[in-house]
Amino acid sequence: MQTEIIIAGFGGQGVLFAGQLLAYAAMEEDKAVTWIPSYGPEMRGGTANCAVVVADEEIGSPFVKHPQAAIVMNLPSLDKYEALVAPGGVLVVNTSMVDRPCQRPDITVVEIPANEIAERLGDRRMTNMVLLGGLLAQLPVVSMEAVDKALKEHLPERHQKLLPLNRQAMQEGASQPARV
Amino acid sequence: MDTAQHELEQVVYQRPESLMEVDTHYCPGCTHGVAHRLVAEVLDEMQVRQRTIGVASVGCSVFAYNYFNTDFVQAPHGRAPAMATGIKRCLPDRIVFTYQGDGDMASIGMGEVVAAAARGENITVVFINNANYGMTGGQMAPTTLPGQKTTSSPNGRDVETQGFPMQAAELLATLEGTSYSVRRSLHDPKNVRMAKKALRTAFEVQARGMGFSIVELLSVCPTNWGMTPLQSLKWLEEAMIPFYPIGDYKVNPALAGLRF
Amino acid sequence: MAKEMMKGNTAIAEAAIRAGLDAYFGYPITPQTELLEWMSVRMPELGRAFVQAESELGAINMVYGAACTGKRVMTSSSSPGISLMMEGLSYIAGTEVPMVLVNVMRGGPGLGNIAPAQADYNQIVHGGGHGDMHPIVLAPASVQEAIDLTVLAFDLAEKYRAIVVVLIDGSLGQMMEPGELPPMAPLKTAIPDWAVRGGDDGKRRTLSSIYLNPPDEEVTNLRLERRWQEVQANEVRYKEYYLEDARYVVTGFGSAGRIALSAVRAARAEGIPVGLLRPISLNPFPRQVIADLSERVEGFLVTEMNAGQMLDDVMAAVAGRKPVEFYGRMGGVVPFPDEILGEIKRMVNGQVPMSGHPRDRWLERMPRAN
Repeated sequence: MQTEIIIAGFGGQGVLFAGQLLAYAAMEEDKAVTWIPSYGPEMRGGTANCAVVVADEEIGSPFVKHPQAAIVMNLPSLDKYEALVAPGGVLVVNTSMVDRPCQRPDITVVEIPANEIAERLGDRRMTNMVLLGGLLAQLPVVSMEAVDKALKEHLPERHQKLLPLNRQAMQEGASQPARV
Repeated sequence: MDTAQHELEQVVYQRPESLMEVDTHYCPGCTHGVAHRLVAEVLDEMQVRQRTIGVASVGCSVFAYNYFNTDFVQAPHGRAPAMATGIKRCLPDRIVFTYQGDGDMASIGMGEVVAAAARGENITVVFINNANYGMTGGQMAPTTLPGQKTTSSPNGRDVETQGFPMQAAELLATLEGTSYSVRRSLHDPKNVRMAKKALRTAFEVQARGMGFSIVELLSVCPTNWGMTPLQSLKWLEEAMIPFYPIGDYKVNPALAGLRF
Repeated sequence: MAKEMMKGNTAIAEAAIRAGLDAYFGYPITPQTELLEWMSVRMPELGRAFVQAESELGAINMVYGAACTGKRVMTSSSSPGISLMMEGLSYIAGTEVPMVLVNVMRGGPGLGNIAPAQADYNQIVHGGGHGDMHPIVLAPASVQEAIDLTVLAFDLAEKYRAIVVVLIDGSLGQMMEPGELPPMAPLKTAIPDWAVRGGDDGKRRTLSSIYLNPPDEEVTNLRLERRWQEVQANEVRYKEYYLEDARYVVTGFGSAGRIALSAVRAARAEGIPVGLLRPISLNPFPRQVIADLSERVEGFLVTEMNAGQMLDDVMAAVAGRKPVEFYGRMGGVVPFPDEILGEIKRMVNGQVPMSGHPRDRWLERMPRAN
């Protein structure tokens, strides 16, 4: 059993951290996991993405071409990954940053105005957590509790006060409707 | 022998313990031998022979490790200050010095020596400037004087195409990490004595943890200069010193109060 | 020790520290810089030596000096930086002092790029510097293996007075995976007899790589070669997957090897009897294992992130007994499992010729841009 997830967006949207949280949560649940970023100059202000593989056995390729799920946080990422999600997979779209609907009929699509939700919650930085919640509701590759624990352990000390807000953001995302 | 005669017998000259009892491969008239002896005398006087590690370079002094009676390693061309850094960082209570020629230190190894000085690396560099590459047969060195003929500047160093000589003591003196940077000469007894004093100071700088020290020693190379030993000493004095003035280019003020 | 989520680069750094690293010297270069940064924090806080050198030349020669004191020392770099270290590596090999080098390979030649590649296999495995010299080369494929092999690297370096290279590509350096670090080992207190120390025990020691008299150099060369025979006899490492009943063998090292694992599993799911041999020690190379396999399987597929460098070693081991095919991606491009799966199927379904060179056939299949 192996699940592959890609998270993509602009640098600064919390793309890499959202992927790391998934990875920490998977480790928490004693699963094999890899997290690999696109690294290099593109990290500095351009698009960023990371691939997370969660499995029950030794993981082969940490590189993913056709993920079971993708979170796309902006239009370039939608353009790139919409076609790559495996049939029957899940695509979580941050509709705040895209101006077109997803065209794939053979996948589950979760469209979330994540920026607006995060702003309504009072912190724009929660965008990635809203989307992560949306993903986990459709593809429970790790439990929300494990993500919660991972957050607690890996949010820097100065951000620990944001734990409840992070939880709330995930729940808001999880409650968003999916289009199958 | 009676007591009176015994008292008259005084040792005025002997091989320093820090020198091996071997013949060197240096040419007749070369001042490497003098420089070796001065360093060895200083190590003896400071009683640090058994906690000293030398770093030989590539050039005529490549076999320095056979001549000094201390632990020694032998560095790739120009890299002695880096190697010395590695040793000193692992064994900070030892005395670590490099012994480098002008091609080694001022050409291929300029990066390493400048960086070591800038770091204030607590090592001592003994720098032999004889205005040419000795070991490979007298080619132009970074220290070759304008107009000086060598086997690779047969018409004399043309500064238009071959650039100007490198004044190492002055250059390294500009760095904050350098505590002591001086130039001395080995062309006559008075200057030899001054050179020894400078070497002592340089090693004392290190022993006191005061950072980087270098003594540039103007030296002769009669074989490659095509001169007799005496002519070469004269040439050093008349041709080299005007371009490479003897002097103190950086002396850490904290050295002022030191007595040794 | 509990598992921790770590990048390959930091995992290697911390593993080295826990293996009793006394001194680290390095120079920043992507994609290995996290390793140097980790050292810059941890080594001083532990009271150990750390210097960010002025260049890779400086770094390797600081390592050389430090290694002469008998301490545990290492440096790390990436492809262009390793090229600069070649001189020092050769001197270190010639002086027979132990050191560990981590090479986080990137796309080349030249400045290339910072994406993962394996194009420096020949530079290290068949080279490492001028003169007859043999670095031990270990190629981990996961963060855990990187940790374990880094610790092993120091032991092997000291056992054989040799250079041990931990060879990974940029992706393993940047990838995070859970790994278990060893407990902190105490620093070594025993100094090997050959190490310079200042002669405080009344003995004078010199270390150099000079043997001006050719017969003396030859004696040294012979000593190094015989020591290498010992390494070859004792230190071959590899990992097998699904080889028991395999009729075809895929082989690749490091990241290419683990990517191939996904392809092999996919092929198995389709009923193709294929297995994976992942060499871990690239030098010494698991030549005999491949030779033995070639007696019982029908063909080999070598996958690498280069133009077929390990391929030559595989071909030498197979020695024409069975067909060998090659699939590589280069320049920082990483092969995906489906590409390798396609190559497995092609090999299994088609007739692979015994004549011609697999590299030529591979080039024929690769797209032409001009």
